[in-house]
Amino acid sequence: MKSLKALNNPLSTGQKQLDLLHKGTSETYKPPLFVDTIEPTGHFPMKAKGVEVLQINMGKMCNQVCKHCHVDAGPDRQEIMTRATLELCLNVLKNESITTVDLTGGAPEMNPEFRWFVTEASALGKHIIVRCNLTILLANKKYNDLPQFFKQHKVEVVSSLPHFSARRTDAQRGEGVFEKSIKALQMLNAVGYGSGDLLLNLVYNPSGAFLPPAQASLERDFKKKLKDQYGIEFGQLFAITNMPISRYLDYLVASGQYEDYMTQLVDAYNPMAVEHVMCRTTLSVGWDGQLYDCDFNQMLEINCSGTKNKHIADFDLEALENRNILLDQHCYGCTAGAGSSCGGEVV
Amino acid sequence: MSKSYYEPSDLGKFGDIKDFQPELAEKFFGYYNSVFQEGALSEREKSLIALAVAHAVQCPYCIDAYTSTSLEKGSDEEEMMEAIHVAAAIKGGAALVHGVQMMNKAKDMSM
Ligand code: SF4
Ligand code: SF4
Repeated sequence: MKSLKALNNPLSTGQKQLDLLHKGTSETYKPPLFVDTIEPTGHFPMKAKGVEVLQINMGKMCNQVCKHCHVDAGPDRQEIMTRATLELCLNVLKNESITTVDLTGGAPEMNPEFRWFVTEASALGKHIIVRCNLTILLANKKYNDLPQFFKQHKVEVVSSLPHFSARRTDAQRGEGVFEKSIKALQMLNAVGYGSGDLLLNLVYNPSGAFLPPAQASLERDFKKKLKDQYGIEFGQLFAITNMPISRYLDYLVASGQYEDYMTQLVDAYNPMAVEHVMCRTTLSVGWDGQLYDCDFNQMLEINCSGTKNKHIADFDLEALENRNILLDQHCYGCTAGAGSSCGGEVV
Repeated sequence: MSKSYYEPSDLGKFGDIKDFQPELAEKFFGYYNSVFQEGALSEREKSLIALAVAHAVQCPYCIDAYTSTSLEKGSDEEEMMEAIHVAAAIKGGAALVHGVQMMNKAKDMSM
């Protein structure tokens, strides 16, 4: 399987995805505009509340090619954050109000500067989250000791495991991914992850065109199944809604489920989730240093509002803390049901 | 008059039964929604039971609805098929256990 970009699929560009989200796949289907829907909550225009989390996309290269990937990541992607840009990020992290650095990709561990950067960010006293796809730990000998490295820097590991069944996990993430993910989780458990203060959290996202169930009861099921069958322990399960962008959007359109899925998102709109959407406290940095309200806006190429807020080199905390968030139709993914963020439900 | 007894789109019109009798429909849907709330059994477990019963009563609407709901609530294919086997075992068993009735009657009628 290849990335949309390598396949020259039009949906590999942000503009084409936005066009589709506005025009839909048929003349008859026109979901209400997200900004009109949230108007009664008093959160439009939506303002940032601060910058507490700096989420850094260290590059689009990945050892996997998951069908739902909103980054369109894969082995054929070359984009990677350079040391110079990472240095700019470190400079920004000196701001005390930013407490957390959330490293994502692709597989962030594949960036050759990964260990250096984690060491530096950890020296600044930041809470570090790594979005680890698990299989990377087994992808090459040089990654086998990552669990010890994570432990050394008290990194919080957040990993996707869309299901406790091999069939459903492999259907979304690729043949054999479940088995390797289980081995990787056991490696993390072996160094102490999953209990005490070494945080190991899992991410569930639906492997199909439907919304996630309530997080708490699903977490109970995951804990029981993973413990009983594989002896695995983990902390929390974050239930995340698939956003209708990038490869997941392509899947929805190709399988004829786009309208049905958008209808589910719109019908499940929960006004209580609006004030808790993650962009209000998170800032997303692209592999090339550009700034976005969130990882999803990054993939749609919607830069932050405000003339100064475009690149990490021009980072201005005050301007960013007071920026207006740029919302669009994909934002329905963050306000459906109990809401959705990189940390799971929001209400 | 539709050309078929079962139209997939009719599932979405279930609520319309209130058009002919609102009071009873309201009571039914209130009860129905309460039944499927998380309780001593989780929503996921309840949807697997519903899926099994849907097969026992062979209702295409319910099979459609509770296949979706079971997946949404986090069940996998293996669990769903096992639930259907439970329904099949009970239906098959229910047919077979009446074999005893047949045997009794046959014995009564025979020399
Ligand atoms: S592991 Fe993550 S980044 Fe890599 S393809 Fe899968 S979803 Fe995308
Ligand atoms: S998609 Fe991004 S901008 Fe939109 S509500 Fe979610 S986090 Fe905010």
